[in-house]
Parts: sequence; C-alpha cells; structure tokens
Amino acid sequence: MAERDPAWKVLEKPSHPHDSARLHVAGEARYADDLAEPEGMLHLAFGQSSEAHARIVSIDLSDVLAAEGVVAVYTAADIPGANDVSPFAGDDRLLADGEVTSHGQPVFLVAATSQRAARKAARLGKVEYEPLPAVTTMAEARARQSLIEPTQRMARGDAAAALEGAPRRVSGRFEMGGQDHFYLEGQVAVATPGEDGQIHVLSSTQHPSEVQHLVAHMLHRSTADVTVEVRRMGGAFGGKETQAALFAAAAALVASKTGHPAKFRCDRDDDMVMTGKRHPFEVAYEAGFDDEGHLLALKLFLSSNCGATVDLSPAINDRAMFHADNCYYLPDVEIVSERLKTNTVSATAFRGFGGPQGMLAIERIVDHVAAVLGKDPLAVRLANLYRPGREETQYGMTVADNIAPELIARLCESARYDERVKAVEAFNAKSPVIKKGIALTPVKFGISFTTTHLNQAGALVHVYADGSIQINHGGTEMGQGVYVKVAQVVADVFAVPLGTVRITATRTDKVPNTSATAASSGADLNGMAAHNAAMAIRDRLTNFLARTYGCGEDAVHFTPGGVLAGGETLSFAEVTHKAYIGRVSMSSTGFYATPGIEYDRDAHKGRPFYYFAYGASVSEVAIDTLTGEHKVLAVDILHDVGRSLNPVIDRGQIEGGFVQGQGWLTTEELVWDGKGRLLTHSPATYKIPTASDRPKHFTVALWDGENVEPTINRSKAVGEPPFMLANSVFSALGRAIAATAPDKRDLPPLDAPATPERILKAIAGHKLS
Amino acid sequence: MAVKFILDGEVIELADVDPTATVLDHLRYRMRRTGTKEGCAEGDCGACTVLVGSPDHSGGGGAVQWRAVNACIQFLPMLHGKALLTVESLTCASSPSPSGEGLGWGLSSEGSACGKAPPPAPPVKGRGESALNPLQSVMAENGASQCGFCTPGFVMSLYGRAIGASGADMPVADVLAGNLCRCTGYGPILAAGEAVDSLRRDDAALAAQLAAIAGESASGEWQGQRWFAPKSCGELAALLADYPDARLVAGATDVGLWVTKGLRSLGAVIFLGDVADLSGIEETDEALTIGAGVRYADAHPHFARLHPDLGELVRRIGGLQVRNAGTVGGNVANGSPIGDGPPALIALGAELTLRSASGRRTMPLKDYFLDYGKQDRQPGEFVESIRIPRPGPQAVIHIAKLSRRFDSDISAVCGAFNLTVEQGTITAARVAFGGMAATPRRAAGCEAALVGQPFSEATIEAAAEALKADYTPLDDVRGSSAYRLEAAANLLRRLWLREQGTVISVLEALDG
Repeated sequence: MAERDPAWKVLEKPSHPHDSARLHVAGEARYADDLAEPEGMLHLAFGQSSEAHARIVSIDLSDVLAAEGVVAVYTAADIPGANDVSPFAGDDRLLADGEVTSHGQPVFLVAATSQRAARKAARLGKVEYEPLPAVTTMAEARARQSLIEPTQRMARGDAAAALEGAPRRVSGRFEMGGQDHFYLEGQVAVATPGEDGQIHVLSSTQHPSEVQHLVAHMLHRSTADVTVEVRRMGGAFGGKETQAALFAAAAALVASKTGHPAKFRCDRDDDMVMTGKRHPFEVAYEAGFDDEGHLLALKLFLSSNCGATVDLSPAINDRAMFHADNCYYLPDVEIVSERLKTNTVSATAFRGFGGPQGMLAIERIVDHVAAVLGKDPLAVRLANLYRPGREETQYGMTVADNIAPELIARLCESARYDERVKAVEAFNAKSPVIKKGIALTPVKFGISFTTTHLNQAGALVHVYADGSIQINHGGTEMGQGVYVKVAQVVADVFAVPLGTVRITATRTDKVPNTSATAASSGADLNGMAAHNAAMAIRDRLTNFLARTYGCGEDAVHFTPGGVLAGGETLSFAEVTHKAYIGRVSMSSTGFYATPGIEYDRDAHKGRPFYYFAYGASVSEVAIDTLTGEHKVLAVDILHDVGRSLNPVIDRGQIEGGFVQGQGWLTTEELVWDGKGRLLTHSPATYKIPTASDRPKHFTVALWDGENVEPTINRSKAVGEPPFMLANSVFSALGRAIAATAPDKRDLPPLDAPATPERILKAIAGHKLS
Repeated sequence: MAVKFILDGEVIELADVDPTATVLDHLRYRMRRTGTKEGCAEGDCGACTVLVGSPDHSGGGGAVQWRAVNACIQFLPMLHGKALLTVESLTCASSPSPSGEGLGWGLSSEGSACGKAPPPAPPVKGRGESALNPLQSVMAENGASQCGFCTPGFVMSLYGRAIGASGADMPVADVLAGNLCRCTGYGPILAAGEAVDSLRRDDAALAAQLAAIAGESASGEWQGQRWFAPKSCGELAALLADYPDARLVAGATDVGLWVTKGLRSLGAVIFLGDVADLSGIEETDEALTIGAGVRYADAHPHFARLHPDLGELVRRIGGLQVRNAGTVGGNVANGSPIGDGPPALIALGAELTLRSASGRRTMPLKDYFLDYGKQDRQPGEFVESIRIPRPGPQAVIHIAKLSRRFDSDISAVCGAFNLTVEQGTITAARVAFGGMAATPRRAAGCEAALVGQPFSEATIEAAAEALKADYTPLDDVRGSSAYRLEAAANLLRRLWLREQGTVISVLEALDG
C-alpha cells in the first residue's frame, strides 16, 4: 500500500502558512489566559446544580463567603439586567433563577483571589432543592412530547403512496451519539471595567457581537458600552458560538460589580459538564426502491436531543433535514424532524451543524438498500445521484453545480475502489477473526447560514502612510486560517507581499453587528467584505495617481513590481506617502451580503444555500470480531474547495475535519447516567482520536475546479464539509461486520459511535438476523 | 531546604514551596512563562508537556537524561535537583551549535542566559523573528498547527524524541500518544517528527550545574503541611515510621488529579522520586526484579523482553509523559481496580516485597489486593520491589487490553493468561483480569477448567465459558457487564487462535 501522500508539503503559491504558525510553535501566540494579569484580578467559578431538574428552595452561601480567598458571591438576584445568555430564545440563564433544568447548571458565582480558591469555595454552597420530574432520555421526552419547538416537516410528493407502490421496501432505525468539542483551550473570558460603566471583555468566542449584546443587556447597559475582543481561540468547532457567552457574562458581572478585572478560566471537567455538545439523533426510516436500487420513496424520522434549552437547535435540526438527501435525488419524500427537550445540558452548534446527522441517515439507508439487494453500495449511490432532470432538492432548491458524479468517478478510479473491494473480499474469505470493510461515500454540503439575515459581514482596512496595512473584520480565528486567507485577499488587491498586512484582533468596536464565525462562512463573507474595503481604498489611490500623473485611471496598475502610473513605477510605500500628503483617505469599511438566497421556513421551501461544497472519501477498515476493536487502515479523499484561497490551510481543514468525524463515529462516546449526569467529563473517559488513530495511508487531493458562484477568488467554504467525509468509515465498518455472515442480505444493526462494544453487539445482531 | 532546579541555565531556588503546587501553575502564573498550556489538568492531553532532565550517569557523566512529562500533574518538589526545558527554552537559546551542522541547533555550551527568574520574560522578538529550531520551522511551514494551543506540547514531545529523551526509540506516533490535537488530524505533526528526528544538544555545562546542585534530600513545610523527598530506602523507612499517614507520591499521575480535580489537601507528603535504591532493575535468566520507583518508561524494554505482549501492554499504558512519571510500584501500591500492570503481573506470578523500618516481607502480588481501595500494606510499610519470574518455554501467554481507543485509554477489560503446556496438557494456569472486579483478580473457575486438560479448542471453549462465572463486572462508562464478560472470554479464544497461527489483532492487519 502506498505511503502517506506527502503532497501537502508542496507549498504552491497561495499556500501561505497560518499567520500565527511561527508564534504557535514558539509558544508565543497569546491566548486569553496568557496575558499578564492586572493587579487585583479576580478568578471565578460557578457553584453548579447537583440536580437535573429541581426547584431551588434555598441557597446558603455563608460557607462560600467565609472560605479562604473569596471576595464575593453572586446569585441571579444580583444581575442588574437580563439574566440571559441565550442566542435568541431567552431561556439560557447566567445563574439559575428559582429552578435548575440540567445537572451542572450554574447556580451561583464565586469571585476569589485565585482560581483554586474560587473552585474550592464553589463546592461549599448549600443549595436546597425540591426535585421536579426530570426527563433525562429521548424516550421519556418523546413519551411526554417534551419539545423545544413543534415538530417540523419537509416533504415533496406523496411518500406514503410511493412507498405503497414501490416494488421493494426496507425499514430500520439507528442512533448516533453526540460529541464534545474538546477544543484544547477551554472556555475563558477576561472582563476589565472601564470608566463610566464601560466594559471590555476578552473572550474566547466565535461570536463577539453576541457576547457584546448579551453582556450589555445583562448589565443593563447599551451595546455601545461594551467592547468584546478576540485575537484567537485555541479551537472552537462550534463550541464557542453560543457557549462562550456564559463565561463572558460571568466575568463581566463580577468586573462590573467589584470594579476589579475578572477572569473566568473554566476547568476542563466543568467545561465538559456545563457546555453544550453535538445533538444525539435517533433515526427511523422506511424506504421504497426498485431492483436496481433506485430510491422511489422515503419516510424519514429524525429525532434529536436538544437538551434543556433552545439554543441553536431549530437551525441545527433544519440543517439535518436539508442534508438528508446528501447527493441523492429523493422523488417522493417526507422528513419529519422532532426536537426533544430534556433535562440535560443544552445541545449546541458543532462543525456540520446537524448536517452530519442528516447525511449519515441517508448513507445508512443507501447501505441498507444495497445490503438487501446484494449490490455494492457504491452502485446504489451512483444510481441515485442528482442528475439532469432530477436536480431539485426536497426543499425546492436546484442543484446547479452538481459535480458529485464526476468527482465520485474520479475518486473511484484513483483509489482503485473496485480492485480493493475484491481484495477485501479475498482477505475476508481467509481471515476468520479479522474482517475488513471498504466504502465510498460522497458529501454535498450547503453553504450559507440558513437564517438568511446572518449572511452579512463587515471589514475595516487601514493603509498607513508608510505603506503598511492593517485589516480587521468580523471573522474570528479559531485555527481555521480565516485571518491569513483574508489577509491574502487584501494583499492581492494592492499587489503587496503578505507581510505588509498586519492582521488585528477581532473587536466589536472596529466592525459592528457581525455574525458568528460559523457555517463555514468565515472566509467567504469576511474575505469579500475586506476585498470591498480594500477596493474602495485602491480606487481612491487610483484616482489620486491618475490626477497626479495626468493619466487615465485605466493606466494605473498595482503590480507586484510596483504601482504603474503614467509611465512611472512607484513603490507602494511611495504611493501611500504621496496620497497622505495629497490628503487622500486611506481607510475604509467594507460590507458584503450574500446575494440570491431566501428561505420560507414555514413551508421549508426556498434557496437557503448560495452553493454546495462537495467531496468524497474511500475508507478501508478492519475489525476484530472477538473484541469489537477496529482500525481505520486507509483513507483516500477528493474534496472540492473551488479555487482554493490557500491549499495548505484547506488541506488542514480537510484532514482535521475527517479525523474529527472519524472520532465522532468511533471512539468518542458520551455516557450519561439515569440522573442526567454526564459521566464522560474528562479526556480520561472521553476519547478523541490520537496520532495513531490517523489512518496510516491517508491521501487528500483537491478537486480541480472553481465555484460557479462569484465568491471570493471563486473559492468554496471548507470548515465543515470535510467532517462528513468520515461517513465512509461508518459504512466500511458496517460492511466489515456484514462479512461475519456474508450470505445474510441485511444491514448489521450498528449504532454510532462504533465502540468495540457496539461492534461486537452488531456482529451478534447480524448473525441472528 | 529549598527546591532547586535549573531553567535555561539559571538555578531557580524556591524557598517556600506549596508541595502540591503544580509545575504548570508555577510556570504560567508565577513565572509568566505561558507557552506551556493547560488543556485538561489531568495528564491526558499533553498541552503542558515539558522536559525534565536529571544527571545521566550511564555514559560516565556529562550528559542529561531528559523525559517529557505533563507539567499539570507534576508537583514543584519533584523538580528538585532537576533541569527543566519549556517551549520558551527552545527559542531563547538560539545560537547555533559550534559544529554548524545543518540540524545542529542546540544550546550553546555556555548555556543560555535568558529566562532569569522571576520573572523570566522570554525574549519577545518581532513577528516571525524568533529563532526557531528546525523542528519548529518544519512544523510552522507545513501546517502542523491550526489553533496552536496544543502545539507547544507537541513541540516538546518531538523535541524530546529528537534529542534522545526517554522513549526516543519509539515511532513518532507512539511518542505522541499523550498529546491530543483536535484540529490537524496529526498528519503534518507526524511528518515533522519524521523529518526532524535528530537534534544535537550539548548538555555538558548543564550536567555540571546539575552536579553542583545535587545535595541533600529536600524537605519543607508549607502552611503546616510537611513534605520530604528522601534519597534512600532507609531514610524513607525512618520517615514513614515518624509519619505513618504520610502520602507517598511517586509519579503523581494519579495523586496529581486528587489535587487538580479533587481539590484535596494531601497532608504530609513523601516524594519517592529521589529514592535511589527504589529504582533498580535486575534482569536474570530466572526473573526480572523491578524497584518500585522504576518508571514505566524505563521498565518498558525489560517487560518487552519478558514477553512481547507485556511490552505491547506497557506501550499502551498512558502516553509517554505518563509512563515517564508513573512507576510500576505506584501502579501496584495504589490498588486501583483498573490499573493495567497488576493483572499481567499477577498472571506472570509476580511477588511483591514490602519494606518498613522493621524489615521486609514478600507475598504473591495477588494477595496484596484485599478489596476495593484496600491493600495489605501496614502503616509504615512501602512497596520496595516486584519480582517477576521469566516465563519458561512451556508457557503460553496472552495479555490484552481492551479500550475504546488504542492509545492512552483506561481499559474496559485487561486480561492476562499464563498457561503452562507440557506434552499437550495444561499443567498450570494463571488467569487474571483488571476491570472485572473491585480488585485485579485471578479467575479461579477458568483456571480450574484449564488445568489438567489437553490444550485443545474444546478445553478453551469450556474454560471461556467458566470464565464468565468468575466475575460479576459492573456496567460503567467503559463498558457494560455483558460486554466485559463476552470480551474477556473471547480473549482466551484469541490465545488459542493465535497459537494456531491466526491473525488476531487489527493492529496486525495493516498490510494484510
């Protein structure tokens, strides 16, 4: 088998390393907890609920206050404004008020002279609870119809009638677990009080504007009184989209109350208990198809555990429905999406945002159809792809840029899929204990916030008289490289080296009303906004040079060799100096709003996405049929990033996304007890992939194409789509399990994550079927 | 007596030491050396990886033996008499080595003058100006960091491998098993480790400095809490006679979490890391005798020579940082029902020697574990050594660890089988499991079903069924009772199948 593809080492022209790479490796990149602490800094910890659902009868904090190092303790009654850290529904409390709705929920807030003192004291609170009925499982929630919003339906045609008329049918159900983000940098915020009630919050957040807004309302101040800043996060993955607000608000409350700077640096275990995770899903389906495997009808029931509050669950579950087609045309289809409310920590955004759950559902259904027909699952996948005449999604959007068929064909060939299927079968025929499986699965992921108004971004570009450039935009840097990509865009506008551009921390006082850096949109939106800002300045410079040198504006060119104007060649610094003397404004904002998208959520119809990003992967796995252990042996990926803004960054997103998805589907298991307590609240019990879990053979190739839509550089978003490439691991595991009883024409009953225990159970279930 | 250690050429002397303050907190919040990160504060993510050096006498002095450890669960007194390298150490010592070789980056022989403490203020240079070593450069240029938070820990682990630190002979992925990255998928990090696998250091001056601070055993008192770091078993026995309730701390890979997660105060503490006569390893034709203070990383090759399965088991105990701190004796003495060492050692027939001021006693290891959280250790006693007889040619051994993740995961089931097969008959059997009961325990029914029977598939089947009656394991986060029983029985079947030449591990299926 070939060695790992070293292609990512070949740095092509746009492949600038991450702007902070040298600081990262030197340990000099500063995160929120790394800045010098001002004198008098207070450190915070929450007193957390011991109950999943209860009325708070009384709170006695005398022991907390008396504890060493404690300066102040606050409860909900101390909050001057809105006790709310939710994105829109108003149901996430900073501190519980009268009732707790999940285990670990913050009840009181301790401020002390050290983090250890605060954490120790937080355990001394005496809270008396009157237990209320707690819904801790999805089954209980369903039985009680405990929902965060009404069940949604997305449909086309008459699925019931089409099922009746279909020559063949399968039905099935399976579950997939949630996932902890396990960003290496835990939640952290530092609030510093300013004059006249103002406050500055350094927050590890993907959504500075929302933190700003929530802190302002919590303090009963105006948004303009609060500044939120984030230079970088030590990982986020959606886990700092809404979840950072709790810690930022706590720090802001203490800073505002005491006049001292306050830092909340959350302990890892507390973080895992208190913050939201990916939604666990239960899937049930009934599919009708013909002997060739063409899907004719589908009734799909998607049910998710949204936890105790609304958070972003409506949009996340919508996205599961949007992606339940993946690359396949579903003629008559009904998708019913149930959003359960339970007394567990509220589920939240996580890379893919519901997409992975919807997509895994349809891939499993396709695998099921293939299993009962005795066909290679790839043949069934190919039979159902969108193609001319069959290009409208179940929500009424036309798939205008369908490259999936060609992309799959290319990968099938380069990964030698057919040949390896035969090799796997030959291996299995002579290997009684170890069985292998191989699968190819595609990805089609819709790009845009499905809440249309969020698709806007702002940027601020300053060009200084010495020719140096500062850029700022609403995108936040969590490792995904949005800063360097946007800097490249701006450097290209002026044709200057990237080093000319100083990237500055995202701040709400520079660019207002920003959307979260989420939905893979960071570079698309902010890159275009920064481009517009830079173009505005370049137009002014062009006009100035044309006037100065008596030439037409079309005779002014910004080139890597210098600025050409009326036969003169000037350095960029000479131009900016002259422009300064000539009293030309060299600062501009820029704005961008994604065109052409609209969505009617009541009808679940419209064009929610600007475009789709595609990809496909082949995974080969081995399982141990005695222990249920498995190994991902080989992975080949072909992925579409349009015309890449930065191939080395994009490859990093693809590889990292894949491995994260692999973790979701294999080793990462969240376990809750019957009382709604998370038992896997540390890396000792919650296992994300390690270096040796990365497949030994791992190739990544970029699709050679460009976005059909006029995005920045005709590139495509890359943050989330690769996560779902790992679906091929799950399909391959299913085939390996099926090989334990190769004559059975059925799909092994495998749930995700495919832990050794679940694989062993699926083997037993398959043999019995 | 103060805690003394060497950081970037400076002797750091801490007069008043909280004995359970962590090295990480001291670096980050006292010295403001913030390159070393806290990702979990429990020794599982490696973001806090630092290198700790001690005099290496194996080559006649003049060298330093480096180990990567998790600073988050190392207590400050454990640094006494050691040298410390943090990520800042790599860029502040930027002068190329005198040889001028391509990859000859290293500390100059004069040591480095930067990093005076407190406060050390590592030199902050202009953007991208820090003098990176080749490993750091390769990582920076090739996408080995995304969010960058775990990166300093990876740099330190790979740097350790490149300078021949403990465990350097292992493949890169094994050296990195204790470092978690959530962004990259590890590819560029692994490649950087392969590309820069050797860096030169001249530690002669540092070795001399270490010799100069080597002195008497350290001890201290902090807010009424006594702590000691004795240097000999005699000293230790005498201390334990005076402080029978003192907490013995070897590698702190478990006790560290009592402090960082349990927020406990430990009372009087005796640190075992400097007790020289607990660190002996004696390997003969008959047996391997391991001092209780031998770290798993140092015991690893000896265990591997005893039996390859034992070597593979030890490879999967924690990450390298944990094996560089955690000791064989600590893993036994602590009595955890899920420690991976004890079941294997019990199956191999290990004996334990306990020592106190009044003498020694020796017992079969299995007898040490009385009940959950209860061991046969009297006040004043400490575990001195473990003796493991070398398996004979008639031994059929299988040791296996089952967990959700292969590397650095606690076992759902850890099983060990040691059968003596003479002329086709099983004449003796020791079967022991961890994760199946409140203590690591032998499987009497399974053993009885094996002994005296022909070594055959029928015997194995009968014994595998008998095994299910030996234990009533719990359902917990690592697995259900039913899974544990089924998988445990299947491990015995695996032993049989392997003897028949069947490939029985997915780890062996890679190139199949």
